[in-house]
Amino acid sequence: MMDVLVPLFFRSVFIDNLALAFFLGMCTFLAVSRRIRTTLGLGAAIIVVLGITVPVNNLIYRFLLKDGALAWAGLPGADFSFLGLITYIGVIAACVQVLEMVLNRWFPALFHALGIFLPLLAVNCAILGAVLFMVQRDYGFAESVVFGIGSGTGWALAVIVLAGLREKLRYADPPDGLRGLGITFITAGLMSLAFLAMAGVEL
Amino acid sequence: MKARDVLLNPIIGDNPVTRQVLGICSALAITNSLRNALVMGLALTAVLVTANVTISLLRRHLPASVRLLVQMTIIASAVIVADEFLRAYAPEISRTLSVFVGLIVTNCIVLGRTESFALRYNPALAALDGLGNGLGYSLVLVIVAVIRELLGSGSLLGVSLLPLVADGGWFQPIALLLLPPSAFFVIAGLIWLVRSRRPEQVEQPEVREITLTRMERR
Repeated sequence: MMDVLVPLFFRSVFIDNLALAFFLGMCTFLAVSRRIRTTLGLGAAIIVVLGITVPVNNLIYRFLLKDGALAWAGLPGADFSFLGLITYIGVIAACVQVLEMVLNRWFPALFHALGIFLPLLAVNCAILGAVLFMVQRDYGFAESVVFGIGSGTGWALAVIVLAGLREKLRYADPPDGLRGLGITFITAGLMSLAFLAMAGVEL
Repeated sequence: MKARDVLLNPIIGDNPVTRQVLGICSALAITNSLRNALVMGLALTAVLVTANVTISLLRRHLPASVRLLVQMTIIASAVIVADEFLRAYAPEISRTLSVFVGLIVTNCIVLGRTESFALRYNPALAALDGLGNGLGYSLVLVIVAVIRELLGSGSLLGVSLLPLVADGGWFQPIALLLLPPSAFFVIAGLIWLVRSRRPEQVEQPEVREITLTRMERR
């Protein structure tokens, strides 16, 4: 068991990094990476949300939507996988909402640190992307937990590193047309190249 | 508001990708071949027009509190139709695009347009706005894909245009352009190009250089 899960974790953090290899969650990635402090909260939020929504959607997919999944209810021929997208979006939005209420009630400090990022995660493509990858690669439950947390960690790592670089970049003097967005793209591209070097690592 | 402006503005001047920085994810991820970019652009345009028109028709009946939920459901339904359509008629392309067709649901261009345009204007204008933004997005995708596929593998739409060294020709393909990171560089170049033509889009520096006078230096 562990010999599958540990490599899967490292794969999803470093090699199949959601932000730098699949470009998911780019809008947030580029818009919120100005300060390290804010990205720390965002990173924590994304790890928690992915760690919850991927396994929950995994259960829903395997026991309700998949071809033949409703055999336990006496409907062996039913295939509801075309309802996937609507269901996943609904589950993600609901999870984020519940998480928001739980944090507000029992962990107010964390709730305030996350602020606006928590509700915004409902429409972040990194979350939906991870769920769709989980479905496409047919992960089991344990794998989906590890994959969710691992890919969240990878995304958080990438956004924190980018914020660190951007804090220094403010003092640089790029050509006018590249200032701001353009130079951020190039920085992210160089980071992506660096992460590419890990693709050859055998686990 | 003129129909012509609604259609043409988003294509270059107010382009959703280079100006508003929306929908970057798919613009980066699937542009390594022109065919993928064309299919993706078409799929997004179709979804955007459908969602814009539907939401614009419903705009007087939507309570503000459940607005987002209804919009997401409509968008997701349109995407499901597009996804199933591709799976039925172009299974191979559907496999290469993998999860990215499904990700149109969370593409910020779609929600951005329905939220900021379709909720305020009539269906005809909303359709034009959807078409304009869809085409603007597709244009960026196609430009990036042409650069990446032509220089990365010497071909366009799978037809070899530049004879490769490996086949006895003269063109040494730049393999880097087929890898994910190159998309960042190509789009950065595109943004640079647009902004140097339209200086009003250049961002102000966050930190300003202060030139000390001779007195202050002492």
